Amino acid sequence: MAEEKDVGILAYGAYLPRLRLARKAVAETNAWFNPGLKGLAKGERTMCNWDEDPVTMAVEAARDCLSGRDRGAIASLSFASTTLPFEDRLNAGIVLEALNLAPSVNAQDLTASQRAATSGLVAALQMARGGAGPILMVASEKRRTKSASPLELQTGDGAAALLVGTGPAVAKLVAHASRTVDFVDHYRGEGFEFDYTWEERWIRDEGYNKIVPAALADLFKATDVKPADIAHFAMPCVLPRVAAGIAKKAGMPDTAVRDNLHAVCGETGAAHPLVMLVDALERAKPGDKILVVGFGQGCDALLFEATEHLPKLAPRLGVKGYLARRKEETNYGKFLAFNDLVAIERGMRADVDKQTPLSSLYRNRRMLTGFIGGQCRKCGTLQFPKSKVCVNPNCNAFHSQDDHPFADTPAKVQSYTADRLTYSPDPPHYYGMIVFEQGGRVMIDFTDADAATVDVAAPMRMMFRIKEYDPQRGFTRYFWKAAPAARQGTT
Amino acid sequence: MATGIRDKVAILGMGCSKFGERWDKEADDLMVEAFEEAIADAGIEKNQIEAAWLATAIEEQHVGKSGVPLAVALRLPYIPVTRVENYCASGTEAFRGAVYAVASGAADIALALGVEKLKDTGYGGLPQRGRGALNSMYWPNMSAPGSFAQLAAAYRAKHHKKPEDLKRAMAHISVKSHDNGNRNPKAHLTNKITIETVLEAPTVAEPLGLYDCCGVSDGSACAIVTTPEIAKSLGKKDIIAVKALQLSVSNGTEASHNSWDGSYFATTRVASKRAYKEAGIDKPREQIDLIEVHDCFSVTELVTMEDLYVSPEGGAIKDVLDGFYDADGQIPCQIDGGLKCFGHPIGASGMRMIYEIYLQMQGKAGPRQRQKTPRYGLTHNLGGFPHQNVCSISVIGRHGE
Repeated sequence: MAEEKDVGILAYGAYLPRLRLARKAVAETNAWFNPGLKGLAKGERTMCNWDEDPVTMAVEAARDCLSGRDRGAIASLSFASTTLPFEDRLNAGIVLEALNLAPSVNAQDLTASQRAATSGLVAALQMARGGAGPILMVASEKRRTKSASPLELQTGDGAAALLVGTGPAVAKLVAHASRTVDFVDHYRGEGFEFDYTWEERWIRDEGYNKIVPAALADLFKATDVKPADIAHFAMPCVLPRVAAGIAKKAGMPDTAVRDNLHAVCGETGAAHPLVMLVDALERAKPGDKILVVGFGQGCDALLFEATEHLPKLAPRLGVKGYLARRKEETNYGKFLAFNDLVAIERGMRADVDKQTPLSSLYRNRRMLTGFIGGQCRKCGTLQFPKSKVCVNPNCNAFHSQDDHPFADTPAKVQSYTADRLTYSPDPPHYYGMIVFEQGGRVMIDFTDADAATVDVAAPMRMMFRIKEYDPQRGFTRYFWKAAPAARQGTT
Repeated sequence: MATGIRDKVAILGMGCSKFGERWDKEADDLMVEAFEEAIADAGIEKNQIEAAWLATAIEEQHVGKSGVPLAVALRLPYIPVTRVENYCASGTEAFRGAVYAVASGAADIALALGVEKLKDTGYGGLPQRGRGALNSMYWPNMSAPGSFAQLAAAYRAKHHKKPEDLKRAMAHISVKSHDNGNRNPKAHLTNKITIETVLEAPTVAEPLGLYDCCGVSDGSACAIVTTPEIAKSLGKKDIIAVKALQLSVSNGTEASHNSWDGSYFATTRVASKRAYKEAGIDKPREQIDLIEVHDCFSVTELVTMEDLYVSPEGGAIKDVLDGFYDADGQIPCQIDGGLKCFGHPIGASGMRMIYEIYLQMQGKAGPRQRQKTPRYGLTHNLGGFPHQNVCSISVIGRHGE
């Protein structure tokens, strides 16, 4: 046990998409079919923009987590999700390239269970305890749900990231316990688009109410901490009052039960235990005991204690900041279109072949995935893309450029348009010339943009997004886009 | 020291097809239509042509690659035929090839022909097309109107112009071009429009509305060029000669270096200066009588007037609204209706501009003929995007003047 106190969470971050779908809009459309949906019509859920997926959200959560921190020390990257865009291509590899982590970093995808992130977190903490850290644990989810399903209203899209290792932790690991039981509350078979779900009452009685208490009993056996000492109990569950019931039965205070963010976010699948953990860390004081549970074919329970380093963590957006970066969406039709749940007439301009030349993508991955440009050693000019000949008309030196990362450099709009001719899944399509603060510029797609936030001189922040999806070949190609930064808080 | 092209090459004959939605015609029909007018005008036989240049930009759209489509369409007698492509300035590139061939002495008589058959895409606007493996992965998903629309945002910011003033000047440009196109039977669009029509039209790419954009058409235009001496020997009087022919190509500075503010065309400024020098023009606002610019969008025409050093910097809105460029103004611009009314069959457009200057110089422009026969006419053919483009400028005048 003494050993376990040496590892913990060094930093945390989160990402929630800016769009919030009003549940009322969904229920109003679908209640004719299932009047029961009206009961779920309160509040809003996070909703990916058309160019967001678990990979892009994972990158943003990781960037948030790594705010103000040198990325060079990271030894390992784990990416948990049950909705990975690639079944055979290392999704964590895309995240790694986007974060410009070294190729020596060990990266892996963790999937196939709603508790993939908590199981990954347990493994990461154990590895870090053995000296293999720091480990970046990222979880991200965008669950695909049928129109008019309860799940459509219960879920949300989002991501969270934790850096775990030895050293000054904001929360140290106190104890953990896991159980594995082949309890199939829902599943998604190979080749199937959607989940198949069993009865809620059975899931509650035979699932949560039996499996979680057993794991908690094991956990409390392994520590001096008493259930009554728990300040934050973070357990995702869309079924009402289940988490509160388990907490009460275990002897935790009622006040410890953390809100599952249903009203403002929805359940972000495998990412949700970490999203709730980050939410708890944002509220915790040094000394607070935080218990997080992930449920799915068993459960993981991890107990942390917040330390004196928690208030000293560099500023970041986290769950709170990204919840505040919000745009309400009341058009359910847009949600259906973004998620390809309706056959929408996209027009002939959408017909263009989007095949990705993989050899060129690989050769240019530092530029395209890492958003690395160049800086001229002779004149200092920053430029994107990096080129063989310096673009400064007063220099034009050959072979003079070093890599220069642009992803975290603030930029401003020089010119822009809102284009209704070009094909966009979300017209009008905003793009324009942005100029980086320390030099360099690029004509680039905008994202999360609208008339209220884009203008000449408007501040922009780069975000990792889907550039194209190739429906003929199932390939998602990513690149960076400029997003309005004015309302984005600290990063 | 290069001596330039001034007065070394004469235009022997020109032709231009009817531009428009030529649903019943293939590209070779259009090529023949333009060529038959040009060869009759030149008064020569086809087999006197010693070399030819074909301009077509989007070959996958219709015409196909290489010089073969032109050679086959006209059954040229196994002479050299070169296909050129330089974005939307391709037409002037073909002309440049033919003119340089004659100037170098490599050919006595050369043909330049531009053609594009755009109306087989199934939709309005230019076709969507590939941009190259790497470019497609990082360029924005932009359209032509979307990239040119950005001139407006940058121009307004730089010169502190109100959006409504700029919009009104842009509308004036389109109304003026439609007035001119109304007098041109070869134009695609011959209807007159009002300022209100322009201002109330649906938005294409902010702030460009439908009537700020040129049409998309099928068409072809061609020129037969020779030396002034041969032109004289063939009985030509009032020989129309090339005074200057300049091309400037972006090298990435605008796209990647912060010295460009987005409100003007760096290439046009370079090419026009060089062209004036080559033609011996030092006061363009006073010396040029007629201008055909690449008015793909109203805002392009507006800023180009400054890039050609005709309007003072920041002064184009005033000139436009004062009617300086109207048909009865000091320097009519787009007297034939421009891209606005002809549409933009890419390979043909540059040659179509020269065709109008050529007609006006000879007093053959019918109801739109200038009272005072022009001395210098300028064409401006632009391709690409404001931040990365090619600009071709020609100055046409009478030989020896």
